[in-house]
Amino acid sequence: MTELAELAALVVGWAAPGEEVEAYLSRSRTTNVRAYAGEVESLSSAEPVGAGIRVITGHRQGFAWAGTLDETVLKETLEEARDNAGFGEPDEFFALAVPDGVAPPQLDLVRDELVSMPIAAKVDLALELERTARSRDPRVTGVRVASFSDSYSETAMATTTGLTFSEASGICYLAVNPLVEEDGDTQTGYGMSAGRAPSELDIERAASDGVDRATRLLGARKPPSRRLTVVLDPEVTADLLSIIGGTLSGEAVLKGRSLFAQREGEAVAAPAVTLVSDPTDPGAFGASRYDGEGLARRRVPLVDAGVLRGFLYDTYSGRRARRASTGSASRSATTPPGVGAPALTLRPGDRTQDELVAAVTDGVYVQDVSGLHSGVNPVSGDFSVGATGLVIRDGAFAEPFREATIASTLQRMLLDVTAVGSDHEWLPSGPAGLTLVIDGVSLGGS
Amino acid sequence: MLDEAVVARVLGAALWTGGEFAEVFVEDARSSSARLDDGKVEEITSGRARGAGIRVITGDTTGFAHTADLTEGGLVAAAEAASAVARKGGGGTVKVALAGRSDARSTATVLPESVPKSTKVELLARADAAARGEGGGIRQVTATYADSRRRILVANSEGLLASDDQVKTRFAVSAVASGDAGMQTGRESQGYAMGFEFFDEFDVEEAGRAAARRALTKLTARPAPSGTMPVVIKSGGGGVLFHEACGHGLEADLVGKRASVFAGRRGQEVASPLVTLVDDGTMGHEWGAYAVDDEGHPAARNVLIEDGVLTDYMYDLLRARKEGRGSSGNGRRQSYRHLPMVRMTNTFLVNGSEDPEEIIRQTPRGVYVAQLGGGQVNTATGDFVFGMTEAYLIEDGEITDPLRDANPIGNGPEALTLIDVVGNDFAMGSPGTCGKDGQGVPVGDGQPTLRVQALTIGGTAA
Repeated sequence: MTELAELAALVVGWAAPGEEVEAYLSRSRTTNVRAYAGEVESLSSAEPVGAGIRVITGHRQGFAWAGTLDETVLKETLEEARDNAGFGEPDEFFALAVPDGVAPPQLDLVRDELVSMPIAAKVDLALELERTARSRDPRVTGVRVASFSDSYSETAMATTTGLTFSEASGICYLAVNPLVEEDGDTQTGYGMSAGRAPSELDIERAASDGVDRATRLLGARKPPSRRLTVVLDPEVTADLLSIIGGTLSGEAVLKGRSLFAQREGEAVAAPAVTLVSDPTDPGAFGASRYDGEGLARRRVPLVDAGVLRGFLYDTYSGRRARRASTGSASRSATTPPGVGAPALTLRPGDRTQDELVAAVTDGVYVQDVSGLHSGVNPVSGDFSVGATGLVIRDGAFAEPFREATIASTLQRMLLDVTAVGSDHEWLPSGPAGLTLVIDGVSLGGS
Repeated sequence: MLDEAVVARVLGAALWTGGEFAEVFVEDARSSSARLDDGKVEEITSGRARGAGIRVITGDTTGFAHTADLTEGGLVAAAEAASAVARKGGGGTVKVALAGRSDARSTATVLPESVPKSTKVELLARADAAARGEGGGIRQVTATYADSRRRILVANSEGLLASDDQVKTRFAVSAVASGDAGMQTGRESQGYAMGFEFFDEFDVEEAGRAAARRALTKLTARPAPSGTMPVVIKSGGGGVLFHEACGHGLEADLVGKRASVFAGRRGQEVASPLVTLVDDGTMGHEWGAYAVDDEGHPAARNVLIEDGVLTDYMYDLLRARKEGRGSSGNGRRQSYRHLPMVRMTNTFLVNGSEDPEEIIRQTPRGVYVAQLGGGQVNTATGDFVFGMTEAYLIEDGEITDPLRDANPIGNGPEALTLIDVVGNDFAMGSPGTCGKDGQGVPVGDGQPTLRVQALTIGGTAA
């Protein structure tokens, strides 16, 4: 057992008779190097720790957390969680997860190469990333930030229902924001590369994506408003998938906040859409062996060829809906578990982005969106976000556009999907990215 | 929070390898929250995080480490980790002398920890009942109470030693209404830098009713128009417009890296002469206020744009040093685990003189935005968006149909020059959290009712 697992077991051992206790502990080692103008702008390193303790007693639930693993503080935190439980209202569906016989996936999420990587090598990568971006194009005037970050995390959990786990995972990223200027016009781009080991990082790709995504927007103008077909960049598709994932939460369904309540078995999307939450896929950055309540992660089919197959559940929502948990509990040390949608992915189609663009006569390629948090209402379904990208005319990229919006509703967008790209790639934010083509979207401009 | 002599020794340890500047930031943050959802008080949480972040600067390089171990040994280890990047010749023993200490006390009269949890929880049921009482169309209500108390101590190798005690209390209600056209949402939230005395003035039932009314009204909302038109933005939370249109663009770190359209424009006209924009961290109990920033500098009232002319940017310690001037008190960080950077506090447009009703009457056609959600900006291009969560069509100078949620989009410098009328009904909006580079900090926004001649509305109605 790891030290963290022993500590979790110790906390659970303090449970009073008749009291359910769940202890979730985490410890990470993180490094962040930012390079600017050929020098190290900042170098940060830390070992953050956290503990989240949930208590259920008499069908009332309370939660408390602490930013330390000190035993005395953990005792106080347990007391605090107990106290909090006393003020909640009883709900027969509050319960800790119980072992359900599902075996966790065999995943190895740690690469020794990352764990033993010296700081100097991390610094070198950040500096090289900045150099590569700056030298890629004469129009690059600077790089707002070029960074290398990594995180090695250990989590451990124990419950009075006999669930225990400990797991570790590591991830590293490169991120770069070049600034380009031409004829008085300025644009920015974003490029990144992620992996579990530094040898998986691709500086060339991060730098070229960052620069090219900026230079292709130079000279962009506000486009005329109209309805048209949009081709979403894989990163934008990933953002959309996260939002859709939220609407498929069993908890949202139970509490009357889901667009898809009572629609199981119905066609809620175009036949090209098959959506799955698959945290068992070793390539996914959101992969893990266990969920936030200690149950095994599993592949959860959500939409199959456009037909809604099911929702995501944790223990609470599962009990209330008389379904089993789908192992989709999400949490951190400072939050109690809730339903999450890890590793969302679409079944890829058979055409590349270029082939999909070639099939569009009047449309736009949306490279970046803004205002996802302010312009998408997952309850009403309204979807309205700022967009930048390239006009598509007669099957080819044409002039760049900016200061425009794309709008529709989530319900219509899913039904109006005409194609899913073959360019599947797991992104560090969690979901997979793929090019997505959607009809009937309103472009707001002049 | 920590013995001064210990802090001085830790600073000395941080400078051992030859760094030019060192800082210790200690934080003890407690928070508690309660949520009612689906008719039940279901989530009561509380937490505490205590730790220190140590920064060492040499030339243009910053080394940073943080720790939850506040013993001298733990702090010295963090200081050594932070100073690793500052390896230069000529290090050695440095004695740091901390000057007379400035301690700010919280002005909260009823500290959150002195209020029984049952009292906090009762508020939620009252708001829930009031929201549901607005009509059968209300299908779901969520009410949340949250409080926090954050004590900080900042010391640096230039002898600064300052502390602050920041108490905040917030309450929010969200309602879901259901009708023939589907579901809609409405929200109302308020919060201040104060303790439980907040509820002496704040009426939770009225908040519940307001959230419910918004949701019910939107059941008959029509799709927002798609295209460019005049927009009248109501006083209060409309200030988010400025936060996005120019606030971030006036942060000296983005300006310094030429990642802002407002770089190099000090002294130039950047907005309509009706625009005087202020960022004020001293603003009483407003959500973004504090006594000292997270680098120990006192909060300040900074005029950024005066009668349309750009007067100054916002600075933190590093950016100020680069330009040989003083910080403007805008050095903030999310927690001891983060490096500080330039952040806004309470950003607002100063009052104008027009009657707000007259502004609407003088607008033949456009959109009236009564409540805003958050927003986002690309400071290098100046393009920004913000969310409309309660909006109406203006037809022939009258407010008519409610509109479904949409994001208007504009370009900062352009939008600022297109402000052609400013009202006399200044108000601050609801508490917000501003995100930048992965760090969230509490901010306030405010403005009087105003009109922007042209913004693009991201609706679906042609």
